[in-house]
Amino acid sequence: MTDVLAVTDHRRGDLRDISYELITAGRELADETGGDLHLVIINGPVDRFAQKCNRVGVDTIHTVSYGEEFNHDIYTQVITQLYHNLAPKYILTPNSVNGLDYAPAIANRLDLPIVTDTIDLETDGKSLVATREMYGGKVETTNQYEGNVVVTIRGAEWPAAEVTGDAKVKPFDAEIDEDAIGSTVTGFEEAVGGNVDISEADLLVSIGRGIEEKENLDLIRNLADTLDATLSSSRPIVDNGWLPKNRQVGQSGKVVTPEVYIAIGISGAVQHVAGMKGSDTIIAINTDPNAPIMDIADYAIVDDLFDVVPELIEEFQ
Amino acid sequence: MKALVAVKEVMLVEDEFEIEGVEIAEQHLSADLNEWDGYAIEEAVELQEDGIVDEVVTVTIGPEECEQTIRQALAKGADRSIRIWDDTLEGADLIDVDAKTEILSAVIEEENPDLVLTGVQAGDDSFAATGVSVAENLGFQWGAVVNHLEHDFEDGLASVHRELEGGIEELTDLELPAVLTIQTGINEPRYASLRGIRQAQRKELDVKTLSDIGVDESRIATEFELTDMYEPESKSDTTIWEGNAGETSSKLGELLRDKGVAQ
Repeated sequence: MTDVLAVTDHRRGDLRDISYELITAGRELADETGGDLHLVIINGPVDRFAQKCNRVGVDTIHTVSYGEEFNHDIYTQVITQLYHNLAPKYILTPNSVNGLDYAPAIANRLDLPIVTDTIDLETDGKSLVATREMYGGKVETTNQYEGNVVVTIRGAEWPAAEVTGDAKVKPFDAEIDEDAIGSTVTGFEEAVGGNVDISEADLLVSIGRGIEEKENLDLIRNLADTLDATLSSSRPIVDNGWLPKNRQVGQSGKVVTPEVYIAIGISGAVQHVAGMKGSDTIIAINTDPNAPIMDIADYAIVDDLFDVVPELIEEFQ
Repeated sequence: MKALVAVKEVMLVEDEFEIEGVEIAEQHLSADLNEWDGYAIEEAVELQEDGIVDEVVTVTIGPEECEQTIRQALAKGADRSIRIWDDTLEGADLIDVDAKTEILSAVIEEENPDLVLTGVQAGDDSFAATGVSVAENLGFQWGAVVNHLEHDFEDGLASVHRELEGGIEELTDLELPAVLTIQTGINEPRYASLRGIRQAQRKELDVKTLSDIGVDESRIATEFELTDMYEPESKSDTTIWEGNAGETSSKLGELLRDKGVAQ
């Protein structure tokens, strides 16, 4: 019997979508050998969250009311204690920024192996087969683990659990060692960078590493001006300081849903795709026919952007 | 204050490649400094330039062939480097988080730095777990996915911004000693100057085995088996527009007009 303990994710008073995806992933894993799915909610308005997370497939929801926001020291202490109480075979956490801030610590503290950013999971009750990507998504690998494992799951790979269930909700009386808390969240800040809101645009011209040099951005600006489109980008362009942070599309940037998204010289890393896959029509211009962006594009031009973009500008001038 | 930077040499894969068993055929791979670690090195060197850090030491788990990558870190301003390798690590498909944690922890204990920096993830295996695991193992504090670090360390605290999803940053204070995993964009990594490259050749690069650092071989057994590697199946029904740049751009133009988003 494979019991699973899944850890929900929330921020500033809201549960994050991955919490519902974890329920689906956790239920699938527990079902394979007839185990129970336990959910834990740590910090924040835990009773309200417990109501929202009470979906079909969850057996027990453990709530730990201790502080408002995420704190990795508290998460690490609570999950470790709950693991000792419940003895689940797998601890499932989101592969979110916060998930990656406590899951490796838990694995180390409990002396368990950790497998991160998984996109598929299977178990026969003895071993776990985790599927994940390597080399920036160019290959997928399967990895076999024996025994108990800490697993982080990638967002949007499992559907969200939607139907209300009848799980038991139990406050968990965790013993928090205050002296072992060495980190304090002091606040939050939103990304800044001017008043352009790329999430409002109908037509986005988005640029990635393929632009090579900052000077070449002028070509894309020219295209955006000609098409009366809004200019956005993938992460490396913002990291280089070539465009402000508010132009970044992706997991750590903005989520956009334009009518048309033109991805120019963007390979399509999963973090970028997370921010633009809701676009109505996606067009990719890229020299690499195997780039991940080609998998989600509706239309693609496999060619050099420096040949295609000037032609497109000319066409609309 | 001493800063230690964990630096990895990663393998980059060409656009076209072949898989042999559970590996990519060697001729399609090239080695480079892990992108995220480049930002970690830069942050440490900037701390030194600001007069906060006295010494920047790098540590790398890797064979002799990765010394060129280590020299890149030295050329960018690190003072000295340590490379750990051992016959028992040779031939491992992947060195897992636990094994890396054991090795890096042993070096950190010996070096006793106040601050450990490393990239958020490695560009090849993308585990994104070693930094936090090392911190926990040593009883250090930590911060994952740090995209801003205040350089004053008032009251023995590192004040960091952690980059959350959706353009939100979390502001956190962490007690030192701490391990920070560094996100790209925290700074602008410098290119090594010619002078830096020349100096790097003369800087100390200490090579140690597992027994030199007191790690028992049995502690670095990988806890999983890589059972398959394959190219992801294309799930798309993408229409590829054929033709020269003029032809394809006019098809795109036609679509934009049809959709009513451009005139």
